[in-house]
Amino acid sequence: MAEYQNIFTQVQVKGPAHTGVPLYRDQYGRTGKPFFVYLLGLIGDAQIGPIFLGLTGVASFICGFIAIEIIGLNMAASVDWSPVQFVKQLPWLALEPPSPANGLHIPPLNEGGWWLAAGMFLTLAILLWWARTYLRARQLGLGTHIPWAFASAIWLYLVCGFIRPICMGTWGEAVPFGIFPHLDWTAAFSLRYGNLYYNPFHMLSIAFLYGSTLLFAMHGATILAVSRYGGEREIEQTTDRGTALERAGLFWRWTMGFNASMESIHRWAWWFAVLCTLTGGIGILLTGTVVDNWYLWAVKHGIAPTYPEVLPVVLDPATLTGAPK
Amino acid sequence: MSYKQRILTIALTLTAGAVLLLIFAYYTFERPTVKWVQWGYRGTGMVHIVNTRTIDSAAVKALNAVPEPEDKIGPSGQKAVDAYQNVQVLKDIDSNELLRQMTAWAKWVAPEQGCSYCHKDGANFAEDALYTKVVARRMIQMTRHLNADWKQHVAVNGVGVTCYTCHRGNPVPKNVWYTPVPPRSSLALLGNKAGQNRRSPEVGLTSLPYDPFTPFLEGDQQIRVNGPTALPTTNRQSLKQAEWTYALMMAISKGLGVNCTYCHNMQNFQAWSASTPQRVTAWYGIRMVRDINNNYINPLTPLYANVPGRKGPAGDLPKANCATCHQGAYRPLYGASMLKDYPSLAGPSPEKAVVKTQ
Repeated sequence: MAEYQNIFTQVQVKGPAHTGVPLYRDQYGRTGKPFFVYLLGLIGDAQIGPIFLGLTGVASFICGFIAIEIIGLNMAASVDWSPVQFVKQLPWLALEPPSPANGLHIPPLNEGGWWLAAGMFLTLAILLWWARTYLRARQLGLGTHIPWAFASAIWLYLVCGFIRPICMGTWGEAVPFGIFPHLDWTAAFSLRYGNLYYNPFHMLSIAFLYGSTLLFAMHGATILAVSRYGGEREIEQTTDRGTALERAGLFWRWTMGFNASMESIHRWAWWFAVLCTLTGGIGILLTGTVVDNWYLWAVKHGIAPTYPEVLPVVLDPATLTGAPK
Repeated sequence: MSYKQRILTIALTLTAGAVLLLIFAYYTFERPTVKWVQWGYRGTGMVHIVNTRTIDSAAVKALNAVPEPEDKIGPSGQKAVDAYQNVQVLKDIDSNELLRQMTAWAKWVAPEQGCSYCHKDGANFAEDALYTKVVARRMIQMTRHLNADWKQHVAVNGVGVTCYTCHRGNPVPKNVWYTPVPPRSSLALLGNKAGQNRRSPEVGLTSLPYDPFTPFLEGDQQIRVNGPTALPTTNRQSLKQAEWTYALMMAISKGLGVNCTYCHNMQNFQAWSASTPQRVTAWYGIRMVRDINNNYINPLTPLYANVPGRKGPAGDLPKANCATCHQGAYRPLYGASMLKDYPSLAGPSPEKAVVKTQ
């Protein structure tokens, strides 16, 4: 029997490439001659392809390509088309949304118009990719859990870049396209709206994010631990007594008195992941629209602690008479 | 793939990963030893962090070394204004004290050029033949004004400032700033930087707006972005304005070598009740630098009409920000007072008259 006690998957199936389940109503076939990559086999299936392109896939790819082109060419122009500077400064470069004064108007191209165009194409690409995951799932006779989980992430994306800016009445509130700039935006978001940690939906989102990692670690560890008994064949073992999975369940029942079932652990994981972005999106949407200062909101509702004064108490100098402006 | 080939493939992949990690660590990490001082109530993260390797380094020590005070000279019994011609500042001090003070200025500001940096060689030393002499006079007025009228910033611990606080032996102090001109791409069809999104040492290598000085240290744009109420009422500050404020704060943090928690409790940046006394000092400092730039530096611009190499790309003079005096130290020269040896620079607030610049 194969040895599983290793960080990498030790078993790589070698044989004729699998070309997929039979097609039914599909007018498009799958493209590409399959091949094997050993290194990828260490972390997944060694077989690459064939891939299904399809209308939504191709349209999504084209829209995504246009978005990346708009962003990339703007970044390149901002370093005067220097390839060296482009590589060196890439994490700092960005395509910036219009200024707040622009409101929701369509601005000139180099004053946020490119940002609006890139955002439109990126959103189209993402929505088309969502449709692709939905159609592929239906085509394969699967449930639609994957597209709906993806939709939860899209919800957060749309809130940050589309729904909330519209509610606030300005594109200037939206996220720039850039590596560090979008992180600076995130930090500035919390600073402007009085500490996002006091936003209860942000709290929920963090709980689900960390909870997701915990559940993933627990489930992954459990399955790997019983893989010496064939535990990775979860489905066949679910209904039988005395299998590796019964051992796995027993471990948790002995450890903490309760165990998820082989089906429910995946529901736990799915809901935690989905709720992470769902609650996060609600938290962002409420910020600035109905709550301006989360710290003061938390003080009002008795959430924010007050700390003892250990330093001399100071007053706002702007409130003193005769203070400079 | 044979067993050996597999091992080789894995080994090569891991080595490549390790090399990348090492490169990342080299450019990102700081060598120890890091020391910290608790700065606020426990659990609030209010900790002042210093890397002893940095502050004990020869360069930092040399930068912050205080020059020996000039030897005292016995008084001549004559006022400076009576002993010399064309004395417009420090008129009432003893003429010998003025001489001593001028020796110090030459060492502080122009150690290589000496007296002739301001007093034209071969000409009458009383003449305003060189623009530098007129500038120096204005800077003396400024120093006395700062010591007399900005005590909330420069004399919190009775330290005060002298010319050396900024100049440190340089005719133009290090860590000055110029108004940037927008890059060509910001005015073209593509590639508007919107005043940010480049690798900016001015704001701690972030991609935040790289010139927070023009709006806040020359102009008086509103710095505060937090609203006074939990729900939206009167606060119209935008998220982008928060980025500009954030950039100014980063510049202060870099200039002083301190973290956010030197002044703020991160729980809420706006509340003064949760802030440290240093925040009040900084508040006055921001206004003081505005005063310096608008009332003492910018009005000197006409003097530089024919002076090459001094102006920035927008044709402006080098201006001051926090780093100009602080030079990476939470208190300039780590709090050593030079003013006590040069009492004539302490004020009183001098005549407000603006120096003739034509």
